[in-house]
Formats: sequence, structure tokens, C-alpha cells
Amino acid sequence: MQATSNAFRANARVGLANPTLQSALGKMKVGFPTKRAEAVSRLPEFDALRDQARDIKNHVLENLDWYLERFERRVTEAGGHVHWARTPEEAREIVLGICRRLGARTVTKGKSMIAEEIGLNAHLEKHAIEPVETDLGEYIIQLRNEAPSHIIAPAVHLTKDAIEADFRRAHSHLDARRDLTEPQSLVAEARGILRKRYFEADVGITGANFLVAETGSSVIVTNEGNGDLTQLLPKAHVVLASLEKIVPTLEDASAILRVLARSATGQEMSVYTTFSTGPKRAADLDGPGEYHVVLLDNGRSALLGTEFQDILRCIRCGACMNHCPVYGAVGGHAYGWVYPGPMGAVLTPSLIGVENARPLPNASTFCGKCESVCPMRIPLPKMMRHYRAREWERKLGTRVSRLALGAWAWAARRPALYRFAAARAMATLGWLGRRHGSFFNLPLASGWTATREFPAPQGRTFQDLWRQRRRAGGGR
Amino acid sequence: MSETQTRARPRVGLFATCLVDLFRPSVGFAAAKLIEDAGCDVEVPEGQTCCGQPAFNSGDNADAAELARRAIAMLEGYDYVVVPSGSCGGMIREHYPELLAGDREWAPRARHVAARTWELTAFLHEVRGLRVEGVRHDGVVTYHDSCSGLRELGVKAQPRALLSGVAGATLKELPGAETCCGFGGTFCVKYPEVSDKMVAEKAADILATGAGTLLAGDMGCLMNMAGKLKRMSMEQGTRAVEVRHVAEVLAGMAKDAPPIGEAG
Repeated sequence: MQATSNAFRANARVGLANPTLQSALGKMKVGFPTKRAEAVSRLPEFDALRDQARDIKNHVLENLDWYLERFERRVTEAGGHVHWARTPEEAREIVLGICRRLGARTVTKGKSMIAEEIGLNAHLEKHAIEPVETDLGEYIIQLRNEAPSHIIAPAVHLTKDAIEADFRRAHSHLDARRDLTEPQSLVAEARGILRKRYFEADVGITGANFLVAETGSSVIVTNEGNGDLTQLLPKAHVVLASLEKIVPTLEDASAILRVLARSATGQEMSVYTTFSTGPKRAADLDGPGEYHVVLLDNGRSALLGTEFQDILRCIRCGACMNHCPVYGAVGGHAYGWVYPGPMGAVLTPSLIGVENARPLPNASTFCGKCESVCPMRIPLPKMMRHYRAREWERKLGTRVSRLALGAWAWAARRPALYRFAAARAMATLGWLGRRHGSFFNLPLASGWTATREFPAPQGRTFQDLWRQRRRAGGGR
Repeated sequence: MSETQTRARPRVGLFATCLVDLFRPSVGFAAAKLIEDAGCDVEVPEGQTCCGQPAFNSGDNADAAELARRAIAMLEGYDYVVVPSGSCGGMIREHYPELLAGDREWAPRARHVAARTWELTAFLHEVRGLRVEGVRHDGVVTYHDSCSGLRELGVKAQPRALLSGVAGATLKELPGAETCCGFGGTFCVKYPEVSDKMVAEKAADILATGAGTLLAGDMGCLMNMAGKLKRMSMEQGTRAVEVRHVAEVLAGMAKDAPPIGEAG
């Protein structure tokens, strides 16, 4: 996927001007936070579980090589295969190779952000293999040829009416007079169409929420059960996962599951939590004939030991974006790559280079809401600030902002000069603004004054007035 | 015994912040009065400029550290440092130690100052147990919780406790009071359209409370919200809201200056 993250501001303007998106975001930014808050209030030990979840992942990251090798051994013992992919290209080729060997013409897919990260659908299509998304949100955006705008709710940028229009266009073989006004009717229609596709698929591809080192299992959580049909029916089940999905034990996976759904959707658990270990065994009635895990690095191992290591704790719950006022204003597509919102503002520069995602770490007010809801206690604002520091060192920001900040800092180190200049500037501004109390238009703050008044200063500086009053002998 | 314990009235260094210094001295005087009412001696250390947060948040750590060292040298002799802003208070209290952690000389000095630094309402309520008395402000007021004060310093109950002593004022809670107003320092300059969308929603929430007065503890947020509310009243005919720093009302000094963004 070609990143347009450097065009964040232009992308954001498009989002701000899109009424469908704004309507959808208006619902999202109330719905998700309300449900999470309710779920958290029902679990007094929630914050203690967050500490536990953080500690589990920190331990894994300190010993990642050991757990990865242990995981590979267990997968192999269970009859599966682990494939190591350094880059998106390698991962795509591994998946394509499996599909070709099995003569696959159709593959079903459960929701996988790694598939997005490696651009899998386009690659399969290029080689005449049809990928069929089976998660309802992913199915909708596949019909629209769009990228997901949210990591757990890929079609959250759409309203029901927009989806109805897409279904009528894409499912033109169905009765045009059918009633699709209720969300349930849309779900039923997608389900009817997808049901057939599950049986046609030769390979089923899913992501993984966790990889369990002690058992060699992959774990997915879904609300639609589509993941189970995707992975059980075809000849092969291919799991796409990044390295940091590892947890040591089933117990650890269970601990993190307790914070995952609560943080994501406010559910206590997702409807389906599926543990998969190896291919179908002799005595099993169902299951795939082959089980593959493709382990993608794509720059993650390079984050170990750096100030960005903590982002590898992320469990992709989406709480940070659900609560982010910037995401809530502009939507996920503005971020211009696979991962939006606060976690994307850290992960995107980590994976594709900060020079290709310059605005993202800056597109935050540092309000801190994301960190306050993160189940893994990832210090997201702090890491965005670290990226800002890297940008500053590499002079990646605009010249104007560097000059303005440099001038401010230069003056702030010279109190006498600062006092002199500030007193005159405020006297002038105060005088100019004395009648109206604010400015309708200020040349150096035109971005602000386009839509807001700029309050005028009172005219004298506090320090001058204080000094004067103290000299005059008054306390105040 | 420490100096603090032997002296009857603690010595407080008032760090006014650049926005109060430049735009709204009345907040500085209100803060000084409140600190004195709380039984302290107030001084305004000479040579105050900026705490360095704009540089720090822009990744310019060298300039930020330089400004932090200047501020620390200026503030380290006081029993307390009080700041009428959660944002600048958070910078000194949370981020100076982090910024100077690798500096053997300055790291302990940064921690020393950080441990004595308080946001104004937290200092008045938590440290001094001030009860506001004899102050009147008639009408319904609503309160916006500025992000840094709220999430870095835990400022939430303190301003409300103090406001409960103001006669005539009824606090109507603002829905989404903990949601960012979109100011964000350099954010509002870099992404003005996004910032405007955020403050437009905030302004709509404020208007919906029916409150005649909006209070908060940070000048940046206040200027942003006041500017939006005023432009909306000019262009859309929404009603005017009196926007003030909470210190002005608590000190009974609201009559001394017109509201933020209004002419006298």
C-alpha cells in the first residue's frame, strides 16, 4: 500500500468535508468510549489487569528470540510450518507459494492487518487468485476498493445508508425491491453470499491476536464467526502474524484477553475466541490439511532496545483511536497508511520511516487520552514526542516552524530582551485590539483567525505591572 | 527542621507562564492574591520567559533543556513553585526531570523543583486547604478540564472544590469536559482545520449547558475556546459566553478585567 501519510493535512481536509464520514464518526466517538467505560466499571481489577498485561508483553519483548524459537518448535511438533518473513515482499511470496502449490483459485480471509501491511490482496489478484474478505467490515470495503479506516472496525467510516447503496450495486443479481433498511438485513445478505464462498476456497488466511509459545497455537477473536469458517474449511490455514504477537503461555493469553475486548468494544469477551494448533489430526472431523504461520518482521525487531520498543506491546484493540479527538475529527484514512490514530502515529513511522510519515507524530495535541485508555499502558504521546525529536534532528519539519520556534527559544533565553520586545508587542496588540477585544484577522495567525477570533492581550505584561506595583509599595 | 517548617508563611515563587504574562496579567494578580489568601508570601522571580514546552513538544530538546535549566535556577530557592496552568505546571513537574535525566548536575535540581511545583488550584486546595469565602459570581458556570492538568497532574476535583465556596455561582458540568479543546500548542498552528473542528464541537457543548460563564485553568485552552465562542456569536448569532481563568473568579477579581477576547 502506497503511503500518503505525508499528505495528512490535505487528507484531513477531505475527511472534514465528508458528511458521511462525519456522521459515522459522530456515532463512533460516543459509542465505543461509552461501552468501554461501562465494561471497565464492571471490573474493579481492570487497572491491575492492565499492569499484568503490560508486564507479560514486556517480558516477551526482553526474550523475544527465545519465545519465537519455542513457538516454532511447538508448531512444527503439531504438524504445522513456520515461515519467517523479513519484509512484506517475502511474506507475500510465501503466501503466494502456498496458494500456487495447492492450485488455489479462491482464498477466504479473516480480518488481518498484516495482510493490509503486506498488500496481500493486490498481490494475489495480480496472480489470478481471488481473495474474499469474510469479516463484514472488510467485505464492505473490499466492495468499495478501500483500505480499512480503523483496525478493528474497518468500515467505521461508513453509514448504513452508504453500505446499502454499495450492496445494491455489488449484488445486482438480487431482487432490486428487497428491503435493506435494517442493519440485520445487510448482515443477512452478506452472510448468504459469503456462505457459498467459504466452500469454494482452497486456502483460508487469518491474522492472529496471539501466538502462544508453550503450545504453538494461534488465537483469533471475532464477533462474526467468520474466522472459524475461513480457517476450518479449506485445504490449508495460513496465519499471518507479526513477531510481537507472541505470549509465553495460554494463561498469559487469557490474561490479555480479559483487557482486549473490554478496551476494544466494551464486550467482556468477543463472541468467538478460537485457538488453533496445527492441521487436522487423524481423529478430527474437521480442519485444514495444512497449517502455516507466516511471521513478519518488517522493521519490528529493529525497534527492540530503542525508545520505541513499547509500541510492540500493542494488541490492536483500537481504544486509542476510539478515544482520540483527532481521529474522531478526521477519520482513519487521513493517516494515509495501514494503521491510523495514536498507535498508527507511532507504528507508521516505525515501519515505513519517519520521513514517510512526518505529520503523524505531530498530528496530536498531546491530550493524553490515548495513553489513559491503553490496556497495555503504552506511552503513546511520549513516543510521538521522540519522533518529533528525530524529525527536529533531521530537519524534517517545515522551515517556517523551525525558524519561528528557534526565534522564540532564542528570545526566551534572553530575559531582558524578551521583556523589552514583549512589552512593546503586547502594548501594540493591546492597543489595536482595544475596541473589539479580539482580532478577526491576524496575518501571522491566519490559520487560527480563519475560524476563530484571536483574543487581544490586556496591553501591559504581568511582570512589568508586578514590578511597578511592588515599587509603588502596594502588595498587588 | 526544614526552613518550610520553621517559617510561618511559606515562600512561593509564582511562575506566571508566558501566556498570562503577555496576554492576561489579571490572572497573575488573581493567582497572587489567592496564594496570599492561602497564607503564603508570593514572589514573582525576575526574568521569567517560557517554560520551554513549545520547544520540547516540537522535538527541540536542546532548546527545551536550556530553558528548563534557566527556569530551575530561577525557581529552586522557593518552598513552592505555583503555576496558573496545568500545561506549564506539567512541563516543570513531569517533563523537566525526564528532559534532564541524563544530566548529572541538573537532574537532581530538576527533581527538586519538580517536587515543589504545583498547579494553582491543586496547590490552593491540596497543599493549603484554602476555603474560598466572601466572593460572589452570580449565574451558571461550567468548567473545562484542560488535558495536561487533568491527566498529568490529576487536577479535577480541586477547582470544583474551590468554586463551591463562590457565592451565587452554580456549577453545571460540561459534557465531554475531559475532551481536548483542540488547542494543543503548536498543533493549532500546524493543523488549524482539525483544531477548529475540535473547538467547534467543544463550543457547541459549552453553549448547550446554558452556562453564562466558562472557566478553565489554562490560558491556551481558554483563548482557543473564547475565540471560537466569540466568532460563532458574531457569525451564527449564538449567545455570548463569559470566558475566564478560574483564578479570576476565585479571587473575586472578575470585575477587574473584561472576559477573555472581550473589550473593556
